[in-house]
Amino acid sequence: MNYKHILTGCILAIAMVFTGQAQQTPAPKQSQPISIVGATAHIGNTEVIENSVVVFEDGKITYVGTDKSQAKGQEIDANGKHVYPGFIAPNATLGLVEIDAVAATDDEDELGKMLPHVRSLIAYNAESKIVESMRPNGVLMGQITPQGGRISGTSSVVQFDAWNWEDAVIKENDAIHMNWPRGFSRSGNWSDADRVWEKNKDYTSEIDEVIAYFNNANAYVPGSKDTDLEFEAMAGLFDGSKALFIHVEGEKEIRDVISFKTKMNLDRVTIVGGYHAHKVAKDLAANNVSVLVQRTHLNPNFEDDDYDLPYKLPKLLSDAGVLVALEGSGRMERMNSRNLPFYAGTAAAFGVDKEMAVQMITLNTAKILGMEDRIGSLEAGKEATLFISEGDALDMKGNILSKVYIQGRDVSLETHQTELYDRYSNKYQD
Amino acid sequence: MKQKVLLLFCLLSFGLFAQDYFPENKGVKTRTSNYTAVKSAIIHVSPTQTIENATLLFKDGKIVEVGKNVKLPKNTVVVDAKGKHVYPSFVEVYSDFGIKDIATAARSSQPQYNPNRKGYYWNDHVRPEQSAKSHFEFDKKKATAMRKAGFGAVNTHIADGFIRGNGALFALVETDNFNENLLKNESGFYYEFSKSKQSRQAYPSSIMGYTALLRQFYHDAKAYQNGIIEDKDLAIEAYLAKKNLPQLFSVDDYLDAFRADKIGDQFGVQYTIIGSGDEYKRIEDLKGINAHFVLPLKFPEAYDVEDPFLREYLTLGEMKHWQYAPANAKILAENGVDISFTSKGLKSPDELLKNLKKAVESGLDKKTAFAGITTQPAKAIGASDLLGTLEKGKLANFIITSDELFEDEFKIYENWVQGHRHRLEALDVIDISGTYDLVLNGKNHELIIKNKSGKFSAEVKQDTLKLGSKLTYEDDWMTLIVSNADSSKEDYAVLTSKIEPFQTGFGGKVILGDGNTSTFKSTKKEAGSSSDKDEEEKEEDEKSMEMLSMTYPNSAYGRTSAQSQPERILIKNATVITGEAEGTLKNTDVLLKDGKIDKIGKDLSDRRAEVIDGSGKYLTAGIIDEHSHIAGTSINEGGHNSSAEVTMEDAVDPDDISIYRSLAGGVTSIQLLHGSANPIGGRSAVLKLKWGESAENLIYDNTPKHIKFALGENVKQSNWGGNSRFPQTRMGVEQVFRDYFTQAKAYGEKKASGEPFRYDDEMETLLEILNGERYISCHSYVQSEINMLMKVAEEFDFTVNTFTHILEGYKVADIMKEHGAGGSTFSDWWAYKYEVNDAIPFNAAIMHNQGVTVAINSDDGEMIRRLNQEAAKSMKYGGVSADDAWKFVTLNPAKLLHIDDRVGSIKEGKDADVVLWNTDPLSIYAKPEKTIIEGVVYFDIEKDKAMRAQVQNERQVLINKMMKAKNKGLKTQPIKKKEKEYLHCDSLDDINHIHE
Repeated sequence: MNYKHILTGCILAIAMVFTGQAQQTPAPKQSQPISIVGATAHIGNTEVIENSVVVFEDGKITYVGTDKSQAKGQEIDANGKHVYPGFIAPNATLGLVEIDAVAATDDEDELGKMLPHVRSLIAYNAESKIVESMRPNGVLMGQITPQGGRISGTSSVVQFDAWNWEDAVIKENDAIHMNWPRGFSRSGNWSDADRVWEKNKDYTSEIDEVIAYFNNANAYVPGSKDTDLEFEAMAGLFDGSKALFIHVEGEKEIRDVISFKTKMNLDRVTIVGGYHAHKVAKDLAANNVSVLVQRTHLNPNFEDDDYDLPYKLPKLLSDAGVLVALEGSGRMERMNSRNLPFYAGTAAAFGVDKEMAVQMITLNTAKILGMEDRIGSLEAGKEATLFISEGDALDMKGNILSKVYIQGRDVSLETHQTELYDRYSNKYQD
Repeated sequence: MKQKVLLLFCLLSFGLFAQDYFPENKGVKTRTSNYTAVKSAIIHVSPTQTIENATLLFKDGKIVEVGKNVKLPKNTVVVDAKGKHVYPSFVEVYSDFGIKDIATAARSSQPQYNPNRKGYYWNDHVRPEQSAKSHFEFDKKKATAMRKAGFGAVNTHIADGFIRGNGALFALVETDNFNENLLKNESGFYYEFSKSKQSRQAYPSSIMGYTALLRQFYHDAKAYQNGIIEDKDLAIEAYLAKKNLPQLFSVDDYLDAFRADKIGDQFGVQYTIIGSGDEYKRIEDLKGINAHFVLPLKFPEAYDVEDPFLREYLTLGEMKHWQYAPANAKILAENGVDISFTSKGLKSPDELLKNLKKAVESGLDKKTAFAGITTQPAKAIGASDLLGTLEKGKLANFIITSDELFEDEFKIYENWVQGHRHRLEALDVIDISGTYDLVLNGKNHELIIKNKSGKFSAEVKQDTLKLGSKLTYEDDWMTLIVSNADSSKEDYAVLTSKIEPFQTGFGGKVILGDGNTSTFKSTKKEAGSSSDKDEEEKEEDEKSMEMLSMTYPNSAYGRTSAQSQPERILIKNATVITGEAEGTLKNTDVLLKDGKIDKIGKDLSDRRAEVIDGSGKYLTAGIIDEHSHIAGTSINEGGHNSSAEVTMEDAVDPDDISIYRSLAGGVTSIQLLHGSANPIGGRSAVLKLKWGESAENLIYDNTPKHIKFALGENVKQSNWGGNSRFPQTRMGVEQVFRDYFTQAKAYGEKKASGEPFRYDDEMETLLEILNGERYISCHSYVQSEINMLMKVAEEFDFTVNTFTHILEGYKVADIMKEHGAGGSTFSDWWAYKYEVNDAIPFNAAIMHNQGVTVAINSDDGEMIRRLNQEAAKSMKYGGVSADDAWKFVTLNPAKLLHIDDRVGSIKEGKDADVVLWNTDPLSIYAKPEKTIIEGVVYFDIEKDKAMRAQVQNERQVLINKMMKAKNKGLKTQPIKKKEKEYLHCDSLDDINHIHE
C-alpha cells in the first residue's frame, strides 16, 4: 500500500461518509398550539406533575399544570406516558467528528496551545448521522466544545434538528474551555506501553503561564486598534458574557482552580470531569463552582477506589451542595452521547434522587450554560424542547420515545439507523 | 576513602600457576609450588559445619585440608587469621559479567516479519547457539566490585534473546592465562521472555507468543533429532548439544514463573527459575511446582508519600509489596521452596549482603541465607564439585571476615579466589586508639585517638586549647594534620608515622607549617575504648515491622484465602429469572449446595444452609461475557498473520482488579479472547471469575476449545499504517484462511497416514477446527466478509461457531441462521471506525428474530460491569422481550461458549453461579448484592463496604511507615503510577499501539 492508495482510500471514505443519505429533513415551524395531556410530567426541577397538561405554541411553553381546560390546539393523549424537557449534552463533540478512526472526519482539536478564538460552531455538522441518533433517546441539545491545548477554544450551544449551524445555534460562543495543568502527568511517548504517571515538575510554571495569559487578556481593551484575536475572544470571561469551563481531575488541581477563580475574579466557572471533586465538594459549593461530572459509566481511576466511585460521584457532590450536571466525554463519546439519560439513571441507582438525576441533565445543565431562562425545564415561557417517553426515560426499558419537539417543531425520530432497521426487517419479511 | 579502597584492591599474587604444557618465553618455567594456610580462624566450611580455631590448607588454588589439626608441610606460607571468620566465597548464577557489547539491530518504520539469520531457526530470538565464552573479555573493574561484595565465581551468559544459549563459569580472578579462571565452558542454559536486540523480528510480541514459540521449538528439536526435519538448522543442533545443561529461566513476575514451569512439565524440563521477588504472592501454588528459585534481592524503596495529593496515585498493592518484598525469601523457605540468591538487578553487587541481611531481619533463617549464596547457587549450575563449601578438593575460594555473616559489624577483610589473595581491608590493623602525650615542635600536646568500628579519628589539645586536626590511618601509615595554635597563622603541621606494633607510643616525621622538617614522639597514657556501640542507633522499628495480613491478590479488595470451599446457601422468596422454560418465578427459593444449584422451589429448608432473605430481590444466573479482554496480561500476538499456536490460557492475569469490579457487575464467566490483529488469532481462555484464585483455577475444567479469528480493518492494519504484512485487503483475508486450511488439511492427511511428521501446534489447532473440535469466534463487522468466512468454512466443511461484534449481522442474519453461526454483538456501539458506519442498535433484535443465537458482549473493561444494562437496550432497540434480552447475557453466551450444560441459567444440577440483585436486573437501577460462583460468594456488597474501610486503614498504616522511613533518612522513591490499560481487541503489546 503506497501513499496514493492511502489517499485514494481516504477520499473514498470521505466521499462515502458525506454522500450517504443526509439527515432527516428538519421539521417545519410549529404552526398550531400543541397540548400533551395526561402524562407524568418531569419538570426538570425535581418536581413531578401526574396527569399533567403541557401546552406550547410558537415554540414556547405556555402552560404546565393539571388544568385540562388549558389544553388547546392539537391534543396528544399521553396517558400513562412521561414527558420530559429535552436532555442537554454539555462538553460534547457531536458534529465535530463523524468517524473516530477516519482522520479526515475529525475537526475537534486545533493545533496550538492558547486558542480561545477557535470556535466550534462553524465546524458543527448539523447533518451528522450521529447527531440525529441522539433524538430517539431524548438528547436534544448540546454544547459543542473544541478539545485539546491549554485553552481549547470557544463552544456554542445548539439544538439537534437543523439545516446548518446557523439555525442550529441557540447560544453562540457561550463559553471558553481550558485544560488545567496536571500535577501528575504521563511521561514518554504515547506509544510506549510502559510509560508511567509521575509528578509534573512544570506544574507551577504551567499555572503561572495561565495566570499571565489571563492577566494580559484582562488588561487588553477590546476593540482597540491593535486587534488581538485571542484576547478579543477572552473578553467575554471578564464581562460575564462567557463562562469558563475548566477540565480538571485531581484534588490539588481543583483547589488551585478555586483559588484561580478568586484571583481572577471570575464569575462563572465550571469544573469538567472532576474525578476528585468530591474531596473538595464543600469548597466548591462555597465558592460557587459547579461541576460537570464525567460520564458515570467509567472505571475507577485508581485500583484502590470504590468500584462504584464514578457511579456515585454525582451523589457525593450534590449532597454537599454543589451544582452538578452530567457530561459524557471520553472514549467513543460521540456515539455514546445518546446514553446521557442512562448516565443519569446510573447516578440515580447509586444514590441520587431520580428527579434530581433528571435535573442533572436538564435544568442544572441549563443553569451551568447560563440558559435556565430558556431551556432545561417544563415551565411556561421556556422553549418547547421536550419529548414524550413510554416509560422512565432514564431506564433503557422505558426510554422509548413517541414524540420529540424541538422549539415546538415536531421532529422526526427516524435516523440512518432506523432506516436500516426498517429496510432489513422488511427484507426478512418477504 | 575511595583511594584507600583502590589501593587495597591490588592483587597480591603468589605466582601464577601457568599450565605446565604451555610454553614459557619470558623467563624460566620451573616454579616451587608452595602451600598456603589460613590458621586460627573460625572456619565455616559449609552452612552446616563450623570449625573453631581451624586451619585451611590449600595449594595450586585447591583446598588440601581443613580442620583443627591440620599438619602443615614445610613449604607452607601461613596467614594468621586469629579470631576471624572464614566463609566460602559467594557464587553468582545470573550475570552478563565480561560479555562484550552486542550490536542493536536498526529500527525501521514497518514491523519486520522475517529473520536476519540464515542457517538457524526461523525466529531470531531463539539463539541456543550463543555461548558466553565466545563473547567474553574479563572485566577487571566489575570483578573487583564483585570480589568486594564477597563473590568468588560467576556464571555469565549473553543476556540477549529468548532462548539465550549457554553460560560459562569463571572464577573472579584475573590470571595470565585464560584457562585457569575458566571453570566451565558450558554451564547453564538460559531463557528469558524477552527479545534479542540483535533482530527486529516482530514475533513473538506477547507472552503467549513466547510460550507458543518455546513449545514449538521443543517440538522441532525433537523432530530434528528424529530426522524429520531435513534442512540444516544450526540453532536446533546447538540446543540438542546443550539440552542436558542446567536450564535456567529468568522471569519478570511470578506469573511468568508458572508459565515457564508449565511448559517445562510438558517437555520434561525442570527449569531453575531466576525469580522476580514477588513469589510470595502465590506461595501455595508455587511450592507445588518444585522448582529451585534464584531470588533477586532488589527491594523497592519506600515511596515518598509526603505530598498528600500524590499519595492517591499509589496503590495499596504497591505499598504492600514494599513491605513484603524483604520477607519473600523467608516465606518461600518456610514453605519448603529450594532457594538461592542473585545480585541481579542490584545497582552494585555489594548490595547483595546488605539486602540479604534485610531478608534475615525479616525472618529468613541465617543458614538458609548462607546456603543461598554458596552451596545453593553452586548446585543450581551444577558446580557443587568446585564451589560452595570449603571442603577438600574444592576451589580455594573464601573470604576472611570480621564477624559472622549478617552481624552488624560484619566486614570482609580479604577475598581469596583460587588461592589468590585480594586484600580489601587490612586484616591486622594495629589499634592506635588511646590518649597520648605528644611532643611536637618542642611543645607538649595531648592527642586522643578514637576508634569507632575501624574508623579512627583524633583530637589534639595544647593545654586546654583544642587545635584543628585530621587523622588518616590506613595501610599501616598514619597521617595527622594539626593546625597552628596561633589562629592568625594559616599553617599546618603534617605528622606521618609508619605504625609498627608498639608498647609505649609511636613517632615519626613532621613537616611544619613553615616547611621545615622535624620529628615527633608520642607516649601512650591510657588505652582507648575500641568502639562505642551505644552511640549507634538501632533501627529496631525497621526490623520488627508488623506485616499487614496477606490477601489474594495482595492488593486492595483481595481475599483472605487463595482457595474457597463452596458454602451451602439457601436464598428464600426471591424473584428468580431462570432463563429456562419456566421463565420468571416469583417468591421462589433456591438452594445452593456443593457448588451446584441443588433445588429450586417453594418453602425449601436446609438446616445447614446459610439463609439469605431474597424478598423483593431478583436471583439470576451469573452474566457471561462472550468477548472479554480483562484478566489478560496481553491480548494480541501480532507478529504473524496467523497465531493459532498461541493460547490465552498462557496470558491469564488473576490479579486484575477488573475481575473484582466485574463481579460487582454480576459477571461470573468470560471468554478471554485473543485480540483482532490477525485473521487467525489465538486460542481462548474460558474463565470463571474466581477472584483470588490462581490463573490455573480460573480456567474451566474440561474447558471447551475456542479460537479467535478476525476480519476487516484490524487485520489489514488499516488504522495504524502497517503496510508490510499480508493481507492488506479483504480480498487477501479470504486467501489467508484458504491457505491455512489447505495446509491444515494436508497436515491432517499426513498425520493420519502414519508417516513420521513434524508436530506443529498451529496446524494441530487448525485441524481441530476442521474436525469440529474447536470453535471459532470471529471478530467481524461488514456483511461481505461475514458471508465470505461462512463460505470458506463450508468449502472446508466446518461451521463458524460465533461471529463476534458482527455489527452488520442484521444484513446477513438469514445466511447466518442457515449456516448455524451465532452472533455476539455490542448493544449500541458504532461510528468509531469506517467499517461500523452501518452498525445499528437493532442488530441484536433482528438477528434474534431470524433465529440466530444472540449474545451481547462487552470487549471492554468498563462495559463488562453493566452488561445487564446493555442487554436491556435490546428491549428499547427492537422490542426484544425481557426474558430473551436476559438470555443475551447469560444462556446464549453460555451456548456459544459450549458451557450451557454447566452455566447460563438457574436449573437444578447446574453450577451455583448466581447473582442476587436489588431489583430487576434489566433496570438501570439494578445492583448486584451478591455474586456467587460454585457456591462461593465472591462479591458481597456489605463485605465490600468493610473492605473499603480496610483499604483506607491499611493505606494509612503503610503511609505512616513510609513517612517514618523517610524521616529516618532512608532513601525513598518518587510515586509513579502505571497506566491501567483496559485491553481491547486492538491492543498490541509492542508492535504498535492502535486504537479502537
